[in-house]
Amino acid sequence: MARAVTPRRKLINTGFAWAIGLLIFFPILWTILTSFKTEAQAIASPPIFLNFDWTLENYGVVMERSNYARFLWNSIIIAGGSTILGLIIAVPAAWSMAFVPSRRTKDILLWMLSTKMLPAVGVLYPIYLLFIQMGLLDSRAGLVIVMMLINLPIIIWMLYTYFREIPVEILEAARMDGATLREEVLYILTPMAIPGIASTMLLNFILAWNEAFWTLNLTAVDAAPLTAFIASYSSPEGLFFAKLSAASTMAIAPILILGWFSQKQLVRGLTFGAVK
Amino acid sequence: MATKASRSAARLMMAPAVVLLLGWMLVPLIMTLWFSFRTYLPLRGGDQGWTGFDNYVRFVTSSAFWPAVQTTLIIVVGVLIITVVLGVLLAMLLDQPMWGQGVVRILVIAPFFVMPTVSALVWKNMFMDPVNGLFAHLWRFFGAEPVSWLSDAAMPSIIMIVSWQWLPFATLILLTAIQSLDSEQLEAAEMDGAPKLKQFYYIILPHLGRAITIVILIQTIFLLAIFAEIFVTTGGAFGTRTLSYLIFQRVLESQNVGLGSAGGVYAIILANIVAIFLMRIVGKNLDN
Repeated sequence: MARAVTPRRKLINTGFAWAIGLLIFFPILWTILTSFKTEAQAIASPPIFLNFDWTLENYGVVMERSNYARFLWNSIIIAGGSTILGLIIAVPAAWSMAFVPSRRTKDILLWMLSTKMLPAVGVLYPIYLLFIQMGLLDSRAGLVIVMMLINLPIIIWMLYTYFREIPVEILEAARMDGATLREEVLYILTPMAIPGIASTMLLNFILAWNEAFWTLNLTAVDAAPLTAFIASYSSPEGLFFAKLSAASTMAIAPILILGWFSQKQLVRGLTFGAVK
Repeated sequence: MATKASRSAARLMMAPAVVLLLGWMLVPLIMTLWFSFRTYLPLRGGDQGWTGFDNYVRFVTSSAFWPAVQTTLIIVVGVLIITVVLGVLLAMLLDQPMWGQGVVRILVIAPFFVMPTVSALVWKNMFMDPVNGLFAHLWRFFGAEPVSWLSDAAMPSIIMIVSWQWLPFATLILLTAIQSLDSEQLEAAEMDGAPKLKQFYYIILPHLGRAITIVILIQTIFLLAIFAEIFVTTGGAFGTRTLSYLIFQRVLESQNVGLGSAGGVYAIILANIVAIFLMRIVGKNLDN
């Protein structure tokens, strides 16, 4: 909505919006700034905003002491693995529902969505028990499976809404030319669907990266991702503000950057296509 | 159109997803139901047989139950009011012409991408710590006594942290909805001399109705299940034990699986009541 406004009005809008934007962003900014301070400067009173001696020391300490690389690697494996596995299962399902819909398609889609509504705490113990029995507790494979399953409905829904926007006429033309089902999917649909698939991947990666119920309850040491790494700073180590900030910054930076690319898709993915 | 062959191929392609989700839903659900009717204490004698509805009765009659329900409701309703009201205002502001709109949007959305353990811990230590937290500095600057946020004002603190996490979500969805509003309608209203407040009440708000409903439903489902924010900050103390957290404690901390499972069944029923409304809206949208 490009409405014509007076420059004065625009200036007021700008000032107001920037002030509020910075206020909301401030905790993140403050964390990033604190991560470059020494511990003494981090708790200085009055607080120091910018004029401190910038240091990378905290990052070094955090990485050395807590084996940061392993947590990071676990996060990447869990978020990345569950996303890829999820796509392999979801693409064919979403494809068939979008292009060969039956009377039951809508019910199946809604039922899939309903599995997402199941409160995790309600099925915590069964999953915990099954994980022990299958030797999956504190394993990356186990978490990849759980993350894949909890996000599968979202992946299918997002893909479904993207696939539905592909005109059916193109498929019909390809069929007339004698394309097989496999060729149809591989050479016609996939290239057209790549933007949709990419944004689905991105959102799913973010959701899996930040998930903090199953990752906290089903891991201990070996498979613990960054969510658990940060939770271990709960106390009393968390009182070392500069190190806590460095650890936090490292945990959120990759996702903040990815997230900024995905903000448009976020709406579609999180509202199951109900708001576009 | 679709041939018989492509229909059966389609069914085959759907099968893995359907089977997996069915298993993911049914297996734990049946196990939870099963446990909920048994006395099951893994560390103190294991499975000791049927107890009928005892666990269900004990869960709701325990002294922790009603406070937990109350805590859950206060958090959910509190966060919803804050995020929806501020979200509408913020969305309207961000929709105005301004310089650097893209950057402001990014600033506003950022908290949504911060993992819950990080936001909870950063707020808890760097802002709400009664000695070195930024709020303590601020309070002292104005000559006031610093507040022990997470013990003396635990609920408002949790509501604030969670609202900070979810405000971006509400804002983003409401902004998307506002941008689809036909500006001619507003211009017409303007020309007819309708005051701003009336424009908001009769044009913008009704247009946002559906988006607001969706924000409320989706957030409710997630808010009923918040875990990390409480786990990291208060651990359920100082009156912040929600229903989900109570169930978590019953199951994993005190290892009373029967009792916890009965609680789990209550939580599932509660979530489903909300889910039905959400599904109806999403389903309607699927038709057109």
